[in-house]
Amino acid sequence: MASQSDPHGSAFSAAELEFLAEDEMVEIVPNMRMDPLNLISGDFGPFRPQIATQVPLWLAVALKKRGKCTIRLPDWMSVEKLTQVLEAERDSARDFQPLPFHYVEISRLLFDHARDDIPDIYMVRSLIEDIKDVRFHKIGTGLEIISERTYAVKLLNLSAMEVNIVRPFVAKALETFYKLDSPEMIQDAERRPDARSQAADRGPRRPLRPR
Amino acid sequence: MASSTGDGSGFSGMDDYESLISTTDAELLKRAWRNEKAAPEILRFEASLVQRSREQIQLMEETVEEYTKNGVDALSVSLYQMDLDRTLFLLRSYLRTRLQKIEKYAFHIQKTSELWNLLSKQEQTFAKRCTDDMEQLFEQSVLSKLPDRYKSHLKQSVISEEDDMVPEAQLDTFVICRCKRFLGAFQLDETGVEKPVDLEADDLYALRYKSIKPLVESGQVDLV
Repeated sequence: MASQSDPHGSAFSAAELEFLAEDEMVEIVPNMRMDPLNLISGDFGPFRPQIATQVPLWLAVALKKRGKCTIRLPDWMSVEKLTQVLEAERDSARDFQPLPFHYVEISRLLFDHARDDIPDIYMVRSLIEDIKDVRFHKIGTGLEIISERTYAVKLLNLSAMEVNIVRPFVAKALETFYKLDSPEMIQDAERRPDARSQAADRGPRRPLRPR
Repeated sequence: MASSTGDGSGFSGMDDYESLISTTDAELLKRAWRNEKAAPEILRFEASLVQRSREQIQLMEETVEEYTKNGVDALSVSLYQMDLDRTLFLLRSYLRTRLQKIEKYAFHIQKTSELWNLLSKQEQTFAKRCTDDMEQLFEQSVLSKLPDRYKSHLKQSVISEEDDMVPEAQLDTFVICRCKRFLGAFQLDETGVEKPVDLEADDLYALRYKSIKPLVESGQVDLV
């Protein structure tokens, strides 16, 4: 039966995530004149030369490909901001920095189609790669905390791609723990004294406190 | 998630006036698609949403045809076409995911009346044909050759008390979800073994699907 994504793996394929990300708004500066577009997804325009306007990413990329506009880099993608985020990610062993939900897909699309609109593209690219790596590493260590007492896991500030990748593992792991869990486990309530902010061990009710 | 500007023509049934006017059909369709993909069981068929989307798509198709005939600049036409394709993809994928789930759990859906009511008319016809065909297949290829007490396609043997050969959706799967509003302490389990969990707005949680099933149905929680 037709299915674009593997039903037994992640619920969404990478292409579908990109599809979702393409609805994010970016700012463009058109270099031509065009009437407003009344699309199903919304109304955009009118487009006048040198006047910035907000459009969805797919529209921006389409216009860019035809040489009709330049894309303005989103604020969070500047070198300064990204360096800040990278520092913060490296400093904090457990917390994730707030980043746009689709930062991976958005940056990928912009790199592919809007190279000339990004100053210091190599710098930006390597920063984002580093941020991705650090976060992935943190996800790995964070997942180790999943124990038999976890009924719910809080995934603060993860992005869409990261969620999609850990989803099968987290689902299976939690499910197995849930199946093996039994009322006798309640006696082990006091075994874990610390509650970490990423994976909320919600056995006995404790306020979340970073250690 | 992006919320595009546009006329909110959808009556989504939410009590919040702001969310009512700021959620377009495209947003609603996207949300329905995401939920359907992530949920382990089949959800309610959004009949009015699908109907409106189809009308909008049809209207757009006619507009595009008109524009091409009148010689409107190719750029605008291609952009309209792109938007049309995107919406069509969402609609098709939504329907396909549902069909996939129906196929998987056809017998169970047919037996359970509440699940049966979640389907649209065409889906019900499809499900009926599915079950009939599968029954016939089982009969002819295997069941007729088994000894008498094991001939049913629903039960393992005549002495089974329930229909244990029918696969059901796993409601205990963990799903990742996000709440729109602060929901406060939420009891995950009826038996009270598990302590309540604070569900904050816009944070991602991995929870058992069964616990949040009513929230998904009422639209307070989105699956990711």
